[in-house]
Amino acid sequence: MRRLWVLVGAASIAASAFAGEIPRSERRSGYDFMGRETRAMQDDDTANPGMLWVLEGESLWSRKSGAAARACADCHGDARTTMKGVAARHPSFDAALGRPVNLEQRINRCRTERQNAPPLASESRDLLALSAYVARQSRGMPIEVAIDQRTQPFLDAGRATFHRRQGQLNLACSQCHDDHWGRRLAGNVIPQAHPTGYPLYRLEWQSLGSLQRRLRNCLVGIRAEPYDYGAPELVDLELYLMWRARGMTIEAPAVRP
Amino acid sequence: MASALINVPARARRGEVIEIKTLISHAMETGYRRSQLGARIPRDIIRLFVCTYNGTEVFRAELHPAIAANPFIVFSTVATESGTLAFHWTGDNGFSVTESARITVE
Repeated sequence: MRRLWVLVGAASIAASAFAGEIPRSERRSGYDFMGRETRAMQDDDTANPGMLWVLEGESLWSRKSGAAARACADCHGDARTTMKGVAARHPSFDAALGRPVNLEQRINRCRTERQNAPPLASESRDLLALSAYVARQSRGMPIEVAIDQRTQPFLDAGRATFHRRQGQLNLACSQCHDDHWGRRLAGNVIPQAHPTGYPLYRLEWQSLGSLQRRLRNCLVGIRAEPYDYGAPELVDLELYLMWRARGMTIEAPAVRP
Repeated sequence: MASALINVPARARRGEVIEIKTLISHAMETGYRRSQLGARIPRDIIRLFVCTYNGTEVFRAELHPAIAANPFIVFSTVATESGTLAFHWTGDNGFSVTESARITVE
């Protein structure tokens, strides 16, 4: 009996800790909060500016690079089949590093380990093009990051970051995106922060950008010191966000206002 | 690296009004911005877009610094005969891109 009470107690603590988490049936992609014109832009591949990067990524895919003079296509073949679903399961665990890596880091790992080429800079045109091309192959597939014993601690760290108040405004991600989604912040609708379309084209940026660029934007917005590109804290947060959006459909490259 | 996306219907009936969509990769740097050191970033924009249909000009647009990056231009024309639609963008720093698309008119 006593054991049962302990169990009930533990369950209620766990429930109250994440009381703000959005129920699965109420989850919405940022797409649903956009205007009609922006949605039309994303839906039409010849109007979606993200496709310019996809096109460029397609040509980079078969371009030989680095000391090994090897192209992505030499190992991975046709991306349309081999890269299907890859973006939907990143960040994924890298055994050599002992931690999860995101899609951009995976591409750069391939460059340094297999192509003997220098890694591409964060947010560089080539890296965005390659990640957009790879992510495009997962369009329409459900997000499914692997959570097991190895990745669980990183997921927990990401969740802690999401719920931790930070910056001069002393805000946590969850206060906007769990508790107040659908309401307005300075005229803009607050979305639920599901990373379904990255890398995506933001009209505000007039460019494609990665999820980390978006996360750093948010951190600057709450007047916190943003983590560097590729920082473990950002990758953990990415992992948590992808887990939080599990089952939702990849729409990369998306368009956002 | 310039790349362009063109959307022209592959076939059309004679006399039909067809919609043509073009999207080109370009930074459209206004020339009014300054770098963090205060130096002016020189203007680099597309100045002119021309579309010809079997050699006849059917659409022309002048572009200016207020136009956003990666200009998306949509216009319509009347499908008169089968042939080639040629698209030509020219701009600062010798920017010049030509693309073409085939259309069959029945």
